[in-house]
Amino acid sequence: MQKIPYVLYFALFVFLLLFEVAKAKDDIPEFFVPPPPFSEGIFPCSGCHKGMEVNTNRRELSYHEDIKLKHFDGWCLDCHNPNDRDKLRLASGKVIPFTESYYLCGQCHGDIFRDWKAGVHGKRTGMWNGKKEYRLCVHCHWPHQPRFRPLEPLPPPVNPEDNKYKKVTQDQIPLNPVNNISDKLR
Amino acid sequence: MPKEIKNNILQKPFSRRALLKGGALGLASLALPVGNADASVWEAFLQKHFKEMNDDELQSVIKRMEKEYAEKYNVNFNIKSTKPLPGTLFGYGLDVSRCIGCRRCVYACVKENNQSMEPQIHWITVLRFKKGEKWVSSLEEAEVYYAPPEVPEEGHFYMPVQCQQCENPPCVKVCPTQATWKERDGIVVVDYNWCIGCRYCMAACPYGARHFNWGQPNRAKQEYNTETHYLGNRPRYKGVVEKCTFCIQRTRENPGRYPACVEICPVGARKFGNLLDPDSEIRYCIENKRVFRLKEDLNTSPKFYYFFAT
Ligand code: HEC
Ligand code: HEC
Ligand code: HEC
Ligand code: HEC
Repeated sequence: MQKIPYVLYFALFVFLLLFEVAKAKDDIPEFFVPPPPFSEGIFPCSGCHKGMEVNTNRRELSYHEDIKLKHFDGWCLDCHNPNDRDKLRLASGKVIPFTESYYLCGQCHGDIFRDWKAGVHGKRTGMWNGKKEYRLCVHCHWPHQPRFRPLEPLPPPVNPEDNKYKKVTQDQIPLNPVNNISDKLR
Repeated sequence: MPKEIKNNILQKPFSRRALLKGGALGLASLALPVGNADASVWEAFLQKHFKEMNDDELQSVIKRMEKEYAEKYNVNFNIKSTKPLPGTLFGYGLDVSRCIGCRRCVYACVKENNQSMEPQIHWITVLRFKKGEKWVSSLEEAEVYYAPPEVPEEGHFYMPVQCQQCENPPCVKVCPTQATWKERDGIVVVDYNWCIGCRYCMAACPYGARHFNWGQPNRAKQEYNTETHYLGNRPRYKGVVEKCTFCIQRTRENPGRYPACVEICPVGARKFGNLLDPDSEIRYCIENKRVFRLKEDLNTSPKFYYFFAT
């Protein structure tokens, strides 16, 4: 009869091991993305929000004035987690990190999320037949005003008729304008 | 060796053209130097067709070429000759509903592929259409010189056009020297050392995708991309035709990077992958979106698919 405790210990050990593995698997994000495009110095949000009282009322904010919602008819805490501001919260109550904000957007934009997962909405870079890097929805859509922002176009081509037989010296050769752009998303 | 002749090594197409023009070998060979010092001119002149060279021959041609380029440009180029990957047929998708006409792709392509900056050569042309206008059939009437402060512009949409990598390429059929052909992975390539610059292919291409080097190709030295492929972005000669190769120097690797235009597109409108792989994003587009190809009635059967995601 002395052996039973050992068996129990072993069973407990296996159970804990499996539990840990399952948890760890849950922690690995499914899609490899670059870090979220936070403004400098704002993260972690808990730097200010820890201990701050949560006010669920819709109101003019005395802070984050740059954020004016122009999205669906909702409020900050439909997306942000009131209890731990360093996370987002889904409608189901599930809390997710900012690195997985696509689940948040996917709740309401299911078709686009499906295309995104296939690499068709949004973009992937890296290897076409190997490792790929996705972009978060928020790399292209500021969640508070999600319409894609206009860009300055690069110069039009020169008219080929002006162009055919030109002779130039080395220092008259134009440089490539693509080197001067500073789009956030590169 | 006189300077002009030395430069001519890199413009061998001229010798070949001179030969055709003269009609008689005796006459043309007058233009070629004799003697040991100029052996590489002869080597270049006698170079076999790309498809008929064995690996050793190709390697020695590439060695010679790397040396010539180093002398001409003062830059060391690495020229690969990577073969098509087995089981690969490249396809391209472009989401017209996302494209905003920003021309990032045009210049990322130039950066990658060593096109001449002066005279200017672009492999991608972005066309602008008015919404509701009759369009696919009349590409020639589209606006290409638009230059507003910001894009997209109200009431317009944009459509970039480059080589459509036809399964049935009319350009290949008309080439009198077989200097252009379709590879097993579907990429239509040009051997710049076989091209005689007759431009029949340009006339045959219904998409305006082929471009001619009217002048001596020029580019700031520091802007050369030294990672090249023989059939792709190695520097071209005056008097030859060139075009998009789906970034053969990137994509024909395992793993291989996405083409430069796909990588830079800020709206993610450009899709690329293997048509034979059911899990590729290009197959997803073909199966889930309404795709169309340009000038479908000509039976060129492009592997470049346009679609509207919304
Ligand atoms: C649609 C869901 C949604 C709503 C509604 C929303 N947010 Fe956000 N917010 C996000 C997401 C997602 C991010 C993360 C962006 C990133 O990864 O950079 C974010 C980022 C932020 C940031 C960091 C911004 C920065 O500069 O980096 C602040 C501050 C913020 N939200 C405040 C608010 C406030 C205040 C409201 C209400 C007025 C609000 N949010 C409403 C989804 C939302
Ligand atoms: C420098 C301090 C500071 C930082 C950092 C900060 N916040 Fe705030 N935040 C505030 C203050 C102060 C308020 C309350 C403003 C008010 O009530 O008028 C606030 C309000 C909010 C609200 C409105 C809802 C509520 O609880 O009152 C949201 C949502 C929010 N912050 C999200 C974030 C997120 C997300 C981050 C991190 C990306 C962040 N904040 C970082 C100071 C900060
Ligand atoms: C609670 C549901 C909901 C969530 C969550 C949500 N959206 Fe939306 N979104 C909407 C609705 C409804 C519209 C259309 C109405 C509008 O434009 O306000 C919309 C519109 C948009 C548009 C089109 C805007 C335009 O003007 O063309 C974009 C882009 C967008 N959402 C991106 C996002 C992103 C990115 C996220 C995640 C950070 C997100 N959405 C999360 C409901 C949601
Ligand atoms: C690479 C940039 C990029 C990424 C990443 C991206 N989008 Fe978009 N999205 C766009 C562009 C560009 C448009 C077209 C915008 C326009 O026409 O103004 C768009 C349009 C939309 C629209 C408007 C409806 C439509 O079909 O035009 C919604 C909603 C949207 N995106 C949601 C998302 C969501 C959700 C994600 C993440 C799962 C996401 N986007 C990721 C670039 C992106």
